[in-house]
Amino acid sequence: MEELAKLVLEAQMALAQADDLGRVEQLRVNYLGKKGVLTERLKQLGKLPPEERPAAGQAINDAKQDIVVAIEARKAVLAEAQLDAQLANEAVDVTLPGRGQSPGGLHPITRTMSRIESLFTQIGFSVLEGPEIEDDFHNFEALNIPDHHPARAMHDTFYFDDGRLLRTHTSNVQIRVMSVQPPPLRVIAPGRVYRCDSDLTHTPMFHQVEGFLVDEGVSFADLKGILNDFLRNFFERDLQVRFRPSYFPFTEPSAEVDMECVICNGVGCRVCKQSGWIEILGCGMVHPEVFAHVDIDSERYTGFAFGMGVERLALLRYGVNDMRLFFENDLRFLQQFR
Amino acid sequence: MRFSEQWLREWVNPAISTTELANQVTMAGLEVDSVEPAAPPFKGVVMGRVVELSPHPTAERLQIAQVDIGQGSALTIVCGAPNVTVGMVAPVALEGAELPGDIHIKKTSLRGIESNGMLCSALELGLGESGEGLWALPDDSPLGVDLREWLGLDDCLIEIDLTPNRGDCLSISGIAREVGVLNRCELTPVSANPVEPDIDVTFPVVISAPHACPRYAGRVIRGLNPAATTPLWMIERLRRSGLRSLGPMVDITNYLMLELGQPMHAFDLDKLSGRIDVRYAVAGEKLELLNGNTIVPDAETLLITDANGPLALAGIMGGQSSAVGPDTRNVFLESAFFNPIIIAGRARRYGLHTDSSHRFERGVDPQLQKQALERATQLLTDIAGGQAGPIVEAAIPEALPAEPAIRLRPGRVERLLGLSIDPQEITDILRWLGMAVASEGDHWIVAPPSFRFDIRIEADLIEEIGRIYGYSRLPSHRPVIRSEMAPQPEAKLSLDRLRETLVQRGYQEAITYSFVDPASQQSLAPEQQTLSLANPISADLAVMRTSLWPGLLKAARNNLQRQQDRVRIFESGLCFIQAGDDLVQDAYLGGVICGDPLPEQWTNDKRALDFFDLKGDVESLLTLTGRLAAFNFVAARHPALQPGQSARIEHDHRVVGWLGAVHPRIAKQLDLTGKPFVFELRLADLQQARVPQFSELSRFPSSRRDIAIIVEEDVTAQAIRECIREHGADLLREILLFDVYRGKGVPDGHKSLAFGLILQDISRSLMDSELEKTVATIVTGLEKRFGAKLR
Repeated sequence: MEELAKLVLEAQMALAQADDLGRVEQLRVNYLGKKGVLTERLKQLGKLPPEERPAAGQAINDAKQDIVVAIEARKAVLAEAQLDAQLANEAVDVTLPGRGQSPGGLHPITRTMSRIESLFTQIGFSVLEGPEIEDDFHNFEALNIPDHHPARAMHDTFYFDDGRLLRTHTSNVQIRVMSVQPPPLRVIAPGRVYRCDSDLTHTPMFHQVEGFLVDEGVSFADLKGILNDFLRNFFERDLQVRFRPSYFPFTEPSAEVDMECVICNGVGCRVCKQSGWIEILGCGMVHPEVFAHVDIDSERYTGFAFGMGVERLALLRYGVNDMRLFFENDLRFLQQFR
Repeated sequence: MRFSEQWLREWVNPAISTTELANQVTMAGLEVDSVEPAAPPFKGVVMGRVVELSPHPTAERLQIAQVDIGQGSALTIVCGAPNVTVGMVAPVALEGAELPGDIHIKKTSLRGIESNGMLCSALELGLGESGEGLWALPDDSPLGVDLREWLGLDDCLIEIDLTPNRGDCLSISGIAREVGVLNRCELTPVSANPVEPDIDVTFPVVISAPHACPRYAGRVIRGLNPAATTPLWMIERLRRSGLRSLGPMVDITNYLMLELGQPMHAFDLDKLSGRIDVRYAVAGEKLELLNGNTIVPDAETLLITDANGPLALAGIMGGQSSAVGPDTRNVFLESAFFNPIIIAGRARRYGLHTDSSHRFERGVDPQLQKQALERATQLLTDIAGGQAGPIVEAAIPEALPAEPAIRLRPGRVERLLGLSIDPQEITDILRWLGMAVASEGDHWIVAPPSFRFDIRIEADLIEEIGRIYGYSRLPSHRPVIRSEMAPQPEAKLSLDRLRETLVQRGYQEAITYSFVDPASQQSLAPEQQTLSLANPISADLAVMRTSLWPGLLKAARNNLQRQQDRVRIFESGLCFIQAGDDLVQDAYLGGVICGDPLPEQWTNDKRALDFFDLKGDVESLLTLTGRLAAFNFVAARHPALQPGQSARIEHDHRVVGWLGAVHPRIAKQLDLTGKPFVFELRLADLQQARVPQFSELSRFPSSRRDIAIIVEEDVTAQAIRECIREHGADLLREILLFDVYRGKGVPDGHKSLAFGLILQDISRSLMDSELEKTVATIVTGLEKRFGAKLR
């Protein structure tokens, strides 16, 4: 019996020193194989007197079991170590950059227009577009700007030989929508507009968003409310906003909207010409003459319209210092808006 | 409109500061652009008379002047000005004076002679344009008096940016009226008492175009002193309004225009003959204008003429032949009212824009002519003497602008402004604005004054009420909006999703001009009829784009030239295609890629960009429609694209777009390095998507069978795929093309394509025999149609 215990202890010690699976297998064969030490012992059982056999057999089997357990335990330890080694081998430098395409981005003007659109669609405005090559009627005449009106001089218009023109504002959409759809109307019209003017602060093409709301009982107070809301939400700041009488042939009363300069917080800087105010929007109540052109009863309905320059909003929002950058499409510029 | 605050305050002087005044008029709709000092700061400058001059003993260019400054002994001042003469009065900067440009005047010795100050030019005081000599002040200037105080130089120049409807504010009197209303403050107008005629000389006037010129007043003034000069106060006021002095005659007409807003004209009476006739031009007439240009007026142009023909372009500019000059002694002064509609646009037609046309096209008070003429006569005879004849006036009262009577309802005021204003305050505002207000039942009848051309309807009156009441005092509230849901058609693919997909595939959005270079458009789209601008901003932005490619390729080129060797950009926007008589303005989505397929990276999987990179991008867009299979790529030639690497994209046998490699010849023409690929799709076709429809999933296993076939080069993958699908019947779920091979084992002019066929049935497991049969049917089909052989 003691002999068996010694044998088990010997096997356990040998296994503890086995550092690969091959050696473990070799030990298994040595102890438990067909010609292994313990197998030999079992074969010797027959030589014992019958009454001793069960106890001796039991002892041998116990020893065998102890060795099996030791072998499995050692195997598990070795497998674990092997996996660890393998994983260590597969380690990567996690600071290396990822593989594949990297996303591009939207143009800052698109980004700005989407922002404007989403603020207005939230409160039930729909987004509509119109043609960019337009006729005199929809761009001027129906907006109460007859031929030779001094206001036409404010729009340096691009013309085609046949008298058509490139729209100078997106207000043409106002006419097109109002001529076919009865009130209530809540529309914003984003898009490209054109003026024959090119210098430091003007590009011959730029973007406008015009909006209008026509319904019963719409007043100047509603216009003030909606634009106050818009500017504060667009710039995400509690801005001072002021409405100043102005003139547009298609609105009456008309107003120019100034907001507190977002560059200097109204203190006065180069951008606001030291005034602390920035002119940001034109607006007013739809002129009865315009309603007459589209057969809307101006006694029953009133409405307001407003128009804003998208580049100007983008310029102020993102701190861009040169309007022309928007159309140079320099990737180094565009990629800043990803 | 620029004016002197002092001048304004002579008319109306509310107790408010300059800043308050500027803010007040801005908030009333007369936007102040700038407020500047009338003169830069300087001090210690008085008026002095040169009483004696002697040459400097050692300096040839200098003279020694004795200057009387009205107290005790004369000052000795060394002077180098060429125009210094004995008797002249000039500004004297005394010892201790400070001049603009940080100049301090000290007692000093100039080449051995002590100088006790400095005689100044206008430029040295920051007031003149040229430094040519001393500023000669009028003879009767009080000696020793501070120049700054005497000229009232502590004044502000206020520049107002007027909207085109406010022609009535293009004068001091007009602005004074506004300031008066805003401060409820009465005006002190200048006197314009009728001047009693001294002589009985007139020059006859007739009006042949009564609608264009309903009133024409004039007067003869004889015996003017040609040597008279404009008084300094008037020169200063003109200067502060941005006008230069050009002699008393012109200065006085300009002054009147600034003061009352009436443009006037002075003819040299001795150069007139017969009578004045205001009429439209007739064919063959010519007129040499004051600016030296000769025009040939068209039949819509109104002229002032005499017996010999055209004298002046009415309301715009005088003519050379009747112009006043330095020797003019006898004049005929014109003060007329021209209909704004007749003047509007005419000046521009001749490339002109004058102070006069600017006012007439916005509207001059039709009741002002006589008053202005009296005032001008008074000033002229005061300054240059002469005898005035009686005023002659031709007027056609019925052709004068109608004076509207506008109905104003209190309820309407409230409805438009969103506020109920006290009726007393409403009528008060209107009366201050010079309107006649009469009550009639529940409303008022309002008659605007003759100088307001912008008040025709009720809304105009309501704007006036709001403007004077103050926009900032009007309420502001969020509108109540009926909460209706807007339709959201799910089968319409949004542009946002398309854009986002390209962005995820590495594209940067660009925005290029809608007008492009005619030459590059001609190369890229020679078949399209282009629309040219009549007045392009430049020759390379002269035609409307028929495709997004010219703009995108230009943007790509600019970036390539700026060392960006990998460009992936896209744009969406309208293209303008003239189809016969119809102009089609459709939106397109297009892109350009150039450079490596992937950004440079350490993984080293570098390869050249090719057609299939681009096609992958296009297919990702088409996939969003849920109908990728409905789009066909058809090998086709396009003038801009490289043959063999270009395809037409069709849907329902209609062309919806193109893609391919830019033709190398065109790439070279456009200065493009590398090999750019381009695509373009008509947006409307791309946006037609579908609402997804579920189809049953099979719970039974699928099987895969691979086949590799050899076909001739010109058999397309698409054709093979269609043939497989046709013969695969209902069991074929999916076809995977996993290899295209040419080389060993494949005859020349042939290629091998390997397909994985995925077969599955919805209701049962497929038996091997069925699989084999289906594959055999497919292979036979391919053999028959293309002579394909299994590899």
